[in-house]
Amino acid sequence: MDMNEIKEIFFQECEEQLAELESGLLKLNDGDRDPETVNAVFRAVHSIKGGAGAFGLDDLVSFAHVFETTLDCVRSNRLEPNQDVLKVMLKSADVLADLTNAARDGGSVDEARSRQLIKELEALANGELPQAAAVEPVARPAPVAAPAPAPAAAPAVTDEGFQPVAFSFDEFEANEPPAIEPTTFEILFRPKSELYAKGNDATLLLRDLSRLGEMSIHCDMDGLPALGSINPEAAYFAWKISLKTDKGEESIRSVFEFAEWDCELEVTLAGDHAAPGEELPMQPVPFDLSMLDEEIPASAGAGEDDDQVAAQQREARDDAVSAAATASNVLQMAQTARAPAESNRSAASASAAQAAAQQAASAATPTIRVDLDRVDRLINLVGELVINQAMLSQSVIENDTNGTSSINMGLEELQQLTREIQDSVMAIRAQPVKPVFQRMSRIVREIADMTGKSVRLVTEGENTEVDKTVIDKLAEPLTHMIRNAVDHGLETPEKRVAAGKNPEGTVRLTAKHRSGRIVIELADDGAGINREKVRQKAIDNDLIAADANLSDEEIDNLIFHAGFSTADKISDISGRGVGMDVVKRSIQALGGRINISSKPGHGSVFTMSLPLTLAVLDGMVVTVANQTLVVPLTAIVETLQPEASAIHSFGASQRLISIRNSFCPLVDVGRILNFRATQANPVEGVALLVESEGGGQRALMVDAIQGQRQVVIKSLEANYTHVPGIAAATILGDGRVALILDVDAIVAASRGHSLKPEMSLAAAG
Amino acid sequence: MTYAAKNLTTGGRELIAFRVGGQEFCVNVMSVREIRGWTPATAMPHAPGYMLGVINLRGAVLPIIDFSARLGMKPAEPTVRHVIIVAQVKSQVVGLLVDAVSDILTVSDGDIQPTPDIASDFERSFARGVLAIEGRMICLVELDQVFPQEEREAA
Repeated sequence: MDMNEIKEIFFQECEEQLAELESGLLKLNDGDRDPETVNAVFRAVHSIKGGAGAFGLDDLVSFAHVFETTLDCVRSNRLEPNQDVLKVMLKSADVLADLTNAARDGGSVDEARSRQLIKELEALANGELPQAAAVEPVARPAPVAAPAPAPAAAPAVTDEGFQPVAFSFDEFEANEPPAIEPTTFEILFRPKSELYAKGNDATLLLRDLSRLGEMSIHCDMDGLPALGSINPEAAYFAWKISLKTDKGEESIRSVFEFAEWDCELEVTLAGDHAAPGEELPMQPVPFDLSMLDEEIPASAGAGEDDDQVAAQQREARDDAVSAAATASNVLQMAQTARAPAESNRSAASASAAQAAAQQAASAATPTIRVDLDRVDRLINLVGELVINQAMLSQSVIENDTNGTSSINMGLEELQQLTREIQDSVMAIRAQPVKPVFQRMSRIVREIADMTGKSVRLVTEGENTEVDKTVIDKLAEPLTHMIRNAVDHGLETPEKRVAAGKNPEGTVRLTAKHRSGRIVIELADDGAGINREKVRQKAIDNDLIAADANLSDEEIDNLIFHAGFSTADKISDISGRGVGMDVVKRSIQALGGRINISSKPGHGSVFTMSLPLTLAVLDGMVVTVANQTLVVPLTAIVETLQPEASAIHSFGASQRLISIRNSFCPLVDVGRILNFRATQANPVEGVALLVESEGGGQRALMVDAIQGQRQVVIKSLEANYTHVPGIAAATILGDGRVALILDVDAIVAASRGHSLKPEMSLAAAG
Repeated sequence: MTYAAKNLTTGGRELIAFRVGGQEFCVNVMSVREIRGWTPATAMPHAPGYMLGVINLRGAVLPIIDFSARLGMKPAEPTVRHVIIVAQVKSQVVGLLVDAVSDILTVSDGDIQPTPDIASDFERSFARGVLAIEGRMICLVELDQVFPQEEREAA
């Protein structure tokens, strides 16, 4: 494996970390204060920094470092992750992504922007420190969160019935010294075997630490197994260090910087423990510090020196402390755990849950990375297999008139197997739409910044799965649409307030499965489409005649025409007039449809309906004018044999069919596709009642139904071009090509939109 | 490949000659993927008259162009004796229906005469020159031009 391959893996992981980072930040933004979320965010940035360091990507490292420092402030509760802070952080995540991309693909990043953000991040990280310094002279600050929970927690823990656990005194010792300058830190350092495996030495780390100030060390040998079961290469010892230093926590952590991932490290202010002490009715106990370096039995002796009440209370508290310590050991999360006084609050109630969660996380389904090309090749092969199997069945049926049952049974099993293989292979490509949705949140932030609007993006159903190709091709049209929604759809905050709406606009992005397709909805609560303006614009641009009588729906759909933009001033975000027609075309290229419904004053909803996969389709095979066509099964509501009495002529050329007393326009597929010159006699054919995305039913006239079959979709565009009215092609059992009908286009054509002009529009665009 | 490379260095090229409606044409052998017999094509709606439809070429959908009709001559009436030249045109693969493949020629650039002036714009657009081989006239065809512009752009 050469360096480039390793680098490629690093960048792949970066992408995952960035996604993790963003989703974590968004969770925080929504008010999630779970420490694990903060930790996940921190870890993501840290991993990127670590990897980038290994590859000498200095820009990335330096930015990630500043970001990490600020995140650390959040992690240690020194910085409240409020909206403003998160706004900066989300932007930083964007810049981090840019830097990562730049590092991978070359290219440049907006230096000014990243410098600006570095400043903002540093300001956030430091902003808290001056304040702390201001408080310091008065008394050693007890961090805000600590006093309240701790007293409550101590009794709670005993109430929960925790068994007293072997008590390490140094935990307690930290509580003892009242606030002294400089600060006393309590450090738990538990190396993992990897630390030694990588050539680090705990002694050296401890020696470095001792240079920072006055230090007492206690070695916790509890983990040491019996001699017989000692693994000479494993790490068993932990050190509990009490360090009195005038340097900050940062300098302590920097000692462990290179070992951080191979050990558990807790750095806490001794003050955290002092705080609850003040609340409890307990006097500081005089204590022989030298005893702390002794073995654990010393605790008995220490206890005797104290008066009864104090001892009891202390015991309760010790339980809490050691319970917390035990919990954090179990969780292997010392890195992430906070001061025991803090964590015992959660430890009492949540340690079990956390342990379970941790287990679940570590037992997560194993995954492998596979090159997409390999999957595609497999899918293509399976497609061929399905066709071949169909051809085989057909020729057996043709040649074998007496119907040997064993062959037929074998074929049937083969058919089931191939279908199962196909489903499984398709499932490999199915991916949640989450990554695309996440990318959109960034787009929203950027556009909101540029336009000075305040926008909230709400996403739903981001775990909806759909074929990878669909996901990949979804990003571009979605970006266009999101931009449009924010730029044109939403009003400025002033206008919104004037209209009695929340100044913050909402853009809602929803994905869901509906009848074998994925439906993606993009809704904004903006002003809706100004139909007068659209109409006028369409007239100005010669898209419609001045006196054209259009329904609201038709006017709304005008925005999908090429060269149409209603924005008064052309912005660099959207409004070049290439937006919506491009969107429509890319959605159509995916075999999808797009629709808009708009309510003036209440916003617009764009609905996109896309196939779950671009590879197979359940279809009804029909005959039209001696041609074999496939109609997607999803579109068909019912099939019926029309009777002469049910057919009614309407005007010169239109015909309606009455179905249970409602009239439905009859569409001759052969005529619309120009397969025959005159309309067929409906009584001789079969009518397929179809429902189109645009609403409304139509009865499609075909000559006969051959059967129902799963077909492999073959692209017409690859070697030919898009054909209006035809969605794609497929290969039938006899080896011939059959065309798959684009029901929506046919229905639209029957409404008077000719199939031809649309093609010329597409070609012109 | 080495053969073709040698030809390139010596300024020679190989051409496949075929007959359509009594005339002879040729295309560069490098653009020809394979030659196969006629199989019935599935008609395409709203297609130009010369577009016969599409056939299945080992799982791919291959559009078939009636070369005779494309040149504005009498449309072919395909029989089993007709031949489809499967050719690569830019990123697409298409089939050309011709009467028969007649020859494989190795010529040098000097053998190719410029298209005579009298030809109409239409013919000139896809004719890259003419060759005089053993008293016959063979027209060198530029396949890119055989396909209408918009179609390739829209695709």
